[in-house]
Amino acid sequence: MKLEGQVRIPSGCAIAAVISKEGNKMSGEGIRNAMKPMHDRSNGLGGGFAGYGIYPEYKDFYALHLFFDQRATRKSCEAFLKERFEIVKSEMIPTRKIPAITDEPIIWRYFVSPLKSTLASLQLDEKEFVARTVMEINTEFKGAYVFSSGKNMGTFKAVGFPEDVGSFYRLEEYQGYSWTAHGRYPTNTPGWWGGAHPFTLLDWSIVHNGEISSYDANRRFIEMFGYKCNLQTDTEVITYIMDYLLRVQGLSLEEAASVIAAPFWSTIERKTDIEDKQKHIYLRTLFSSLLITGPFSIVLGYNGGLMALNDRLKLRSMVVGEKDDKIYIASEEAAIRTMEPNAKHIWAPSGGEPVIIQVKDGAY
Amino acid sequence: MFLDVKDYDSKTLNDMLRKAKEDCSITGCCGQRFIAAGISNNHITIDGIPGNALGAYLNGASITVHANAQDAVGDTMNAGKIVVHGSIGDTAGYAMRGGKIFVKGNAGYRAGIHMKAYRDKVPVLVIGGTAGSFLGEYQAGGVIVVLGLHAKNQKIVGNFPCTGMHGGKLFLRSDCRDITFPTQVTSRLPEPEELEELCTYISEYCALFGYDTSEILSSPFTVVTPDSHNPYKQMYVAN
Repeated sequence: MKLEGQVRIPSGCAIAAVISKEGNKMSGEGIRNAMKPMHDRSNGLGGGFAGYGIYPEYKDFYALHLFFDQRATRKSCEAFLKERFEIVKSEMIPTRKIPAITDEPIIWRYFVSPLKSTLASLQLDEKEFVARTVMEINTEFKGAYVFSSGKNMGTFKAVGFPEDVGSFYRLEEYQGYSWTAHGRYPTNTPGWWGGAHPFTLLDWSIVHNGEISSYDANRRFIEMFGYKCNLQTDTEVITYIMDYLLRVQGLSLEEAASVIAAPFWSTIERKTDIEDKQKHIYLRTLFSSLLITGPFSIVLGYNGGLMALNDRLKLRSMVVGEKDDKIYIASEEAAIRTMEPNAKHIWAPSGGEPVIIQVKDGAY
Repeated sequence: MFLDVKDYDSKTLNDMLRKAKEDCSITGCCGQRFIAAGISNNHITIDGIPGNALGAYLNGASITVHANAQDAVGDTMNAGKIVVHGSIGDTAGYAMRGGKIFVKGNAGYRAGIHMKAYRDKVPVLVIGGTAGSFLGEYQAGGVIVVLGLHAKNQKIVGNFPCTGMHGGKLFLRSDCRDITFPTQVTSRLPEPEELEELCTYISEYCALFGYDTSEILSSPFTVVTPDSHNPYKQMYVAN
């Protein structure tokens, strides 16, 4: 089978998300159903979901989800993990056999905590250590791929239509305060399980509708900081850019949005708030290589919130709606109406205008 | 004919509409695409959210939507009328070449992109609320009207309107002091005959959605037209 990077396929996608500002839990069934009216936006070559707050009993442990091509790979990868982590639980991720999903790899999850001695000797903080380990496995272990590595969250993805992927992973059995979803229509790479969205690192997850044209410029820059773009898909680089800007550089979500979807110089020039203007000039100048061009609408998930963002030209559709404590985001209003027929205030954010939804403190 | 289309996919729904010999009333619509594509006759009423490319290639039929509509309403529409009682998504009237679209609420990005006209075929797109950025991008013909009703403090149109516009006409119910237009277009006060033309569109809008024509016309309007009738003259051939 040809994997990502070995072949290029020319080609839309569908994204959806829901979050409770009060931290109320929802089963994954709602987000799965939201993908149904957008069926035609995908072509069956990838679907996936990210759920937040789904592992409350293991919330202090990193939940590593891995694909393996064979048992031997799993064994050697587990030996590697044991040298670095205390593994409190390891199990196959429960799935349901359905005709629509075939050729599945071996799918496991591990709840782990980095060994204190290892952290001390490497002089690394926990998150950096986990991120580096993920990079190492995904680069060095042929046939092994970490597709989720955050605390109290998890991604579930496969080759297939999203509604089938949701059924395959038994999403109705999970309860989360926030969910994101993706239906894939691969544009440049073949559909492989690892190449489906969401793309994640630590608790950051990205679902993306679009095709960015700055991929290689972004990749060259981000790989200077230890990230490895193994899959050659544009979404992977967006995930690493967000980790770099938010975790490593400590930017706010708004600032990160102004880097990747920077306003035009002419728009910055017209700004009347001098401080705001200078900040935008600073961000565009300092992180010029992280400007993402070409069409995208993305939802970034993280522990305690979501951010939705369109490219600055708004070359992809995205609508937002709300009802009570919940905010809904999707490529199409039909998807929002499927989750909540009585959603209010349906609106479309402007290009480059981040929509940030934070769960109230202490509720997640 | 009444159709509850909750469980129908786009193809099934459109096959039924094509075969219909009478007006159709659709309920339970949720995201089905290309509704009424290329259809010449009958009136179609829609309850629920129609999917992308509603009335694409529409060839004379009329459509009424009682909610919002999604992207690319009236894509390459040839004739007929689409009335939306809510707001519409991006690229409304994409490459439209005839017929009329009336939207009670707002339009997303790129409304009227690449609209064109030929002799008696003059497409008309009327937006009651505000329009997003890139309104009338590459507009080559036809008429776009934006009324900015209920806009409050919001700008009547987003950034970069009329980018690449080289034909047709745009009416904005605003003095447009806060709007930057590109250099190849002229924004000015409408001439009397243009106001007369505008009045026909606004009367139709008001009749559809229950507004008062004279009240809407009492605000200042700006008309935007491209500077040159044929900006690409002699660019490729000696014409």
